[in-house]
Amino acid sequence: MAQADAGTEDLTRDASGQMVTADGVPLKQSLKRAERRRKLVAFGLVTPLLLFLLVVFIFPIGQMMWRSVDNPQVVNALPLTLEALEDWDGQGLPDEEVYAALASDFRTDMERARRDQFSGPLGVRLNYELSGARGAVARTVRNVPDFEAPYKEAFLDSHRLWGDVALWKVIEREGRPLTTAYYVAAMDREFDADGNIVMRDENRQIYINLYMRTLALSVAITVLTILLGFPIAYYMSILPMRYSNLLMIFVLLPFWTSLLVRTTAWIVLLQQQGVINESLVALGIIGDDGRFSLMYNMWGTIIAMTHILLPFMVLPLYSVMRTIPPSYVRAAKSLGATPFTAFRKVYLPQTLPGIGAGAVLVFIISIGYYITPALVGGQSGRMISNEIARHMQQSLNWGLAAALGTILLIGVLVLYWVYNRLVGAQNLKLG
Amino acid sequence: MLKTADGVTEAGHVCFDNVQKSYDGETLVVKNLNLDIARGEFLTMLGPSGSGKTTCLMMLAGFESATFGEIRLDGQRIDNVAPHKRGIGMVFQNYALFPHMTVAENLAFPLRVRKMGQADVEKRVQRALDMVELSEFGSRMPAQLSGGQQQRVAVARALVFEPQLVLMDEPLGALDKNLREQMQYEIKHIHEQLGVTVVYVTHDQTEALTMSNRIAVFNDGKVQQLASPPDLYERPENAFVAAFIGENNKLMGKVEAIDGDTCKVVLDNGDKVTALKVNVDAVGDRTTLSLRPERVVIAPEGSADLDNVFEAEVRELIYLGDHIRTRVKVCGNDEFIVKVPNSSHSPDLARGAKVRIGWITQDCRALDA
Ligand SMILES: Nc1ncnc2c1ncn2[C@@H]1O[C@H](COP(=O)(O)OP(=O)(O)OP(=O)(O)O)[C@@H](O)[C@H]1O
Ligand SMILES: [Mg+2]
Repeated sequence: MAQADAGTEDLTRDASGQMVTADGVPLKQSLKRAERRRKLVAFGLVTPLLLFLLVVFIFPIGQMMWRSVDNPQVVNALPLTLEALEDWDGQGLPDEEVYAALASDFRTDMERARRDQFSGPLGVRLNYELSGARGAVARTVRNVPDFEAPYKEAFLDSHRLWGDVALWKVIEREGRPLTTAYYVAAMDREFDADGNIVMRDENRQIYINLYMRTLALSVAITVLTILLGFPIAYYMSILPMRYSNLLMIFVLLPFWTSLLVRTTAWIVLLQQQGVINESLVALGIIGDDGRFSLMYNMWGTIIAMTHILLPFMVLPLYSVMRTIPPSYVRAAKSLGATPFTAFRKVYLPQTLPGIGAGAVLVFIISIGYYITPALVGGQSGRMISNEIARHMQQSLNWGLAAALGTILLIGVLVLYWVYNRLVGAQNLKLG
Repeated sequence: MLKTADGVTEAGHVCFDNVQKSYDGETLVVKNLNLDIARGEFLTMLGPSGSGKTTCLMMLAGFESATFGEIRLDGQRIDNVAPHKRGIGMVFQNYALFPHMTVAENLAFPLRVRKMGQADVEKRVQRALDMVELSEFGSRMPAQLSGGQQQRVAVARALVFEPQLVLMDEPLGALDKNLREQMQYEIKHIHEQLGVTVVYVTHDQTEALTMSNRIAVFNDGKVQQLASPPDLYERPENAFVAAFIGENNKLMGKVEAIDGDTCKVVLDNGDKVTALKVNVDAVGDRTTLSLRPERVVIAPEGSADLDNVFEAEVRELIYLGDHIRTRVKVCGNDEFIVKVPNSSHSPDLARGAKVRIGWITQDCRALDA
């Protein structure tokens, strides 16, 4: 009491009637100073993480998005040609003047040190749009020092593509520092002779199907983890701690074993001569020639990923269920609800936040999952991330990989937004 | 027990018959419970923590099964009836209002599962809300209500489908004192209005005394005494009940002689007391004498109409307004409490003073040791 009294006496007012502390500093100011210190400390504590995220997450994602539109190859390699092409009407082959500019661009390029030359990337870049273009560039660059006017003929002699309007259209179209071409390709589309965006031939369409399959597999895996995870999470939530901890260990086991060990186990289990098929044959349930293909196809991906991602469903479910007292279901029953109604109307709605959290986790992880489909997915179990990896590592078409990745990222964000609208809003009402 | 020849209870609405319950197969949590509850009665189970009250209620509601014995509702065994078919309303200690439903939806729940028509549901919900004076709160979520309001919704929900029997497990345990008293009154009022049978669990004895028709005092898995509130207070039948209900002075001794319904007891310090023979069987038994503090008088010199008068020494005085709680040492017990009314003709007492105190035989009950 005495202390509190002293406190009130200390708070005096200065001439302008503002509250001041004992040493005459305005109260607001000293409060702010205290606040600022606290904020600085808090900020200092999270700074390392922020920096880490910036370096390993935000920056690479920015890089990826940039790469998906970045288009320097033609601009760097053919500055004079592009200038000359400005007068081209797009009908028929360009004039001699353009070919002369092209020769001069190539000569300039040849004078650069070998690893600074722009013609290599140019060939690769043009080849994405028109197959054979890479060869045309490579051969011509070698011959260009011997060219003499008229250049048009010299070029046409060197490689037939220089006489193809299509190549010139590509050069003109991609002669800009930014491009949509990677996105066009990622959506299974291409430019036709008039520069319109059209669907590719049926047999060259891959990515849209792959996106759809990725989506379908992710939904299937999410649904499976809910179906498998819900009962076990419920059971764990009503068991005494001692037993639920034991069960938890089994649930967490997938986290603790190496992926390669598990893959080996799946192969032993799932292959055509594996434990499951052999047992079914031995039991006479299926014939020897009716063995199931459970691996190196879609089923392999679904089975393996469901196993891996199950903990991500069980953990949030369990933590939500633990907090639901048994008295709710009892109350429902005492009010006359059958056990099923009590479950559906009273228990299930209260687990929705857990189901939602688990589903978002599993879905988002599986939509970008790479390694399991690569190991056990075979051809029909491939997902979009495998295709992205292929472009990163084998075809080295990073622009296309980046466009595919960016589309995936945007898709996930849109789905998350939809989820937030649907479940998030409902969650607010739950609060 | 009100039993006919074929063993079926007639008058009893609810009947526990030799019910035993064990959770672990080693100890009996409920030992041989016999209890008859009449239709329309307000019966309270009162007892210390862990005495098996909730267990009894859960067996009645069907969430625990009796290990042995029968529970009957209107003469029908209900052991094999699923909880949702028993038609027993229940108010839980934490209210168990469904957090994802509005108040009105909560109240409509028991009606909806009974497939009642929309118009009827609305009418009944509104009536139930009116009954607990929450007419305006139908569209609120339970989390937006105060504790007392939630409590009333829980009561209304347990009653809205018009059950014959309502169970309440410490429904007021989470409320503060003022609200508690108000709610006690309201629940009592609703009980009288609707005439339902209420089985009420509490470990607050004031609550039990003010609300109940009868109180079953539980201890150690047994009903120690089943009686109306005045009986329980004035005529406890054993030492546990005497000590558990209200304030009580205890004197330990040995029965020296029995004379009809009174007996002579030699206290451990040698003093002799006459007491009402309640729960002693034979001369030589050890006994606990129970004596309410307000029944002891500070005796003026030469007062003759008291059967027992002793010299006491005042140890402590606590002023409580309407009376003065006086702790004295008497008969070797220095925790002996006397309530001295604060009136003009009460004697002035001081610490250390020697006074004479006394009581009549009828107020001193010889109970088990
Ligand atoms: N589900 C259970 N499993 C095992 N033992 C239990 C269980 N429920 C209660 N018990 C035990 O049974 C005894 C009686 O418990 P009960 O809940 O009936 O007491 P109570 O009279 O309601 O006490 P309180 O006033 O604290 O609520 C206690 O010893 C308790 O430990
Ligand atoms: Mg209890």
